[in-house]
Amino acid sequence: MSRGLDVRHLPSYGFGTRSLMWWGTLGMMLIEGTVFAIGILMYFYLRGIAPAWPLGAPPPDLRWGIANTLLLLASLWPNWMVHRASVREDRAAARRWLVVCVVMALAFLGLRALEFTTLNVTWHANAYGSLVWLLMGLHTTHLVMDTIDTGVLTVLLFTGPFEGKRMVDVSENALYWYFVVGSWLPIWAVVYLAPRV
Amino acid sequence: MTPPGPPHLKDGPDASPEVLAALHRTWSDPPGLRGWLCAVNHKTVATRFVVTTFVFFLLAGVLALVMRLQLARPDSHWIDPHLYNQLFTLHGTTMMFLFAVPVMQAVAAWLVPLMIGARSVAFPRMNAFAFWVFALGGVFLFGGFAVGAGPDTGWFSYPPLASSDYSPGKGVDIWAQMITFTELAGLLEAVILITTILKMRAPGMTLARMPLFVWATLVTQCMVLFAMPAVMLGSTGLILDRLVGTHFYNPAHGGDVLLWQHLFWFFGHPEVYLIFIPPLGFISTIVATFSGRPVFGYRAVVLSLIATAFLAFGLWVHHMFATNLPEVGKSFFTAASLAIALPAAVQIFCWLATLWLGRVRFSVPLLFVLAFFFILVLGGLTGIMLGAVPLDLQLHDTYFVVAHLHYVLLGGAVFPLFGAIHYWFPKATGRLLGERAGRWQFWLFFTGFNVTFFPMHLLGLHGMPRRVYTYGGDMGWGGLNLLATAGAFCIAASVVVFLWNVAASLKHGAAAGADPWGAGTLEWSVPSPPPPHTFDALPVVHAADPLWSAPGSPAVVSGLAADAREVLTTTVAAALPEGRPLFPQPSIWPLVAALAVSALFVGSVFNPWAVVWFSLPVAVAVIGWFWPGPGETRRGLALEKKP
Repeated sequence: MSRGLDVRHLPSYGFGTRSLMWWGTLGMMLIEGTVFAIGILMYFYLRGIAPAWPLGAPPPDLRWGIANTLLLLASLWPNWMVHRASVREDRAAARRWLVVCVVMALAFLGLRALEFTTLNVTWHANAYGSLVWLLMGLHTTHLVMDTIDTGVLTVLLFTGPFEGKRMVDVSENALYWYFVVGSWLPIWAVVYLAPRV
Repeated sequence: MTPPGPPHLKDGPDASPEVLAALHRTWSDPPGLRGWLCAVNHKTVATRFVVTTFVFFLLAGVLALVMRLQLARPDSHWIDPHLYNQLFTLHGTTMMFLFAVPVMQAVAAWLVPLMIGARSVAFPRMNAFAFWVFALGGVFLFGGFAVGAGPDTGWFSYPPLASSDYSPGKGVDIWAQMITFTELAGLLEAVILITTILKMRAPGMTLARMPLFVWATLVTQCMVLFAMPAVMLGSTGLILDRLVGTHFYNPAHGGDVLLWQHLFWFFGHPEVYLIFIPPLGFISTIVATFSGRPVFGYRAVVLSLIATAFLAFGLWVHHMFATNLPEVGKSFFTAASLAIALPAAVQIFCWLATLWLGRVRFSVPLLFVLAFFFILVLGGLTGIMLGAVPLDLQLHDTYFVVAHLHYVLLGGAVFPLFGAIHYWFPKATGRLLGERAGRWQFWLFFTGFNVTFFPMHLLGLHGMPRRVYTYGGDMGWGGLNLLATAGAFCIAASVVVFLWNVAASLKHGAAAGADPWGAGTLEWSVPSPPPPHTFDALPVVHAADPLWSAPGSPAVVSGLAADAREVLTTTVAAALPEGRPLFPQPSIWPLVAALAVSALFVGSVFNPWAVVWFSLPVAVAVIGWFWPGPGETRRGLALEKKP
């Protein structure tokens, strides 16, 4: 009698496309990417019918926006280190770099608060202001969520309970971080550059 | 229940009774009230999901009957215009957002794992969470209506009518947050189903061997990812305009009312296909089984499904022909609207060829499918008429449109759905639905449907606008309206027969056995109803219709844990075995998280700061959900094997 197709030698977890959660994260990134894209389309749709742009307000100050963009781009380095450590299953290195990531995330949130003070328009002034706040609000929600995710994972790596598949969670958290940084670049260009061209 | 020691039993062919008992115990939901609230078995959750959508279907049907009674004679003042506006808004909203789209996902969440040879959907806790969020969103909408805050701006809620200037009160806010509830649930279900289909198919079930219903589900859920965000963001803009004074849709401050129409219909037209494509999968399944042969032109059908999905995103402006858009743009959308008839036709010809070449058995499920051919073709023809700009301008906002949309939605979705229920009910319950009552239901429904909606074409051509609460006797519309009302009660009688049939068959229906129809797909290889773990051993697939083909070797998978929720993952295209991750235990956290999210959504209608304050309990619930328990980690470590 056949033993059947024996699968007990198969790994109990895997990275990248082998992980179900990788596909779940990909799905969420597609959904949220679509949300950002539609937000940007709304911006240009209303700009297309406006007599002048921006409507009755100076463009947002560049200072904090540029500072935050540079910091977000810089955070790709520790995030990449976390990613590499996770695939190597090097728990000590992963949590060390995760701490760096969390610190940087807190710094973005501080800078983001400063950005909100220099947008030079409120959400209720006109449709331009509403769009700027919508795009910034959407992205900030992602920053906050990713900061919490990363913080929780960091604590888990220090305290346990631990098993190998937690390193897959760490690698997927890094993937999501790339998405949060990557999606910022078009939003930054729309919020800060589009009113100037 | 936590098993006493570390997991040590493995499944496989010729499993011992001890292994089978362990599988049964492992995949069962826990007992008692707490167990009921913690349930994550996909069949349990999906059954609740289907039943909940049917409750909403019945509620929306009752609303329709009330409207038909009001319209049965001219100059009727039984219902005042304010209530009438709420009735048609709630009817449309419920049918579209709380019934038609979610019921297709719910059926898929039940069926897809059985069809692909898996013991669960991916992310079973997320599946439970999505159900709770959906159900709470529906309760919120009807709760608002019950306390006199029903929305009254139509199911697409156009500003400026839906702005706070013209619609004060909470009705539209509740409507907008109901969108957030249901679309959140819908998006999560889409991710769950896509991941399940791509990664959890039985070994050997390559993409080219996937059942057509699974293809239809995959295509539909990919559409969900790109369609639902538009309405979610759009309705967020609407509620922000109403509550915190943004100006997205306010022309006085640089906004635009047509922006809403673009956002809504960029979702709304694909939505029609979210409702329509899964039934194409039902039809392919039912036609194959009752013809006793595989569907003619499998590849053509799959390619048509994909083509339909792409074209569906290029049609939305045909809902906006009565606005001041450029005429060239309208011509493009007319062409796209006509082009989508092509993939639909390809499938219809494939099914006709299947029926022609097969040995046809006219059982109840097939009757519903044959009615689909008749009704959908009529609805499609009026669709082609409405796709032409000049005719559309004449018929816009008349009963002709009401007739058209009910022909495509009931003909395209509800008839095949009832066919699907007759077809899979024995699998889910172990008992066949009564054939005679089924035929009564079918003929009452088919007759009632045509008597209700065919006259509406004529009323529309005579100029009767939709959404009027009454009409003058001198318009000459009384006779056709009375006829339509009589038809509506005929449909109601059909639904009563159906409900009676379900109740009676659950008690006294004929035992179904594993495969009452002689079908070819995997769900018929397991007992009816399936045990909690569905498959005693996961099948290995060697052909497109495994039950119609000679058994291959090896026939089944062996070596998955029987005393832990271990599942098999496979590669995306070829379905080669890849991993055996451990799935989570039942948990109260999905419900807690759904309650926290609901508190946030409901609170936001009354105070924007609720979004801030309630994000704390949401964060706590989500972290509690994620944080691994010691037992869970122990089981995981016992089964762990590094890549």
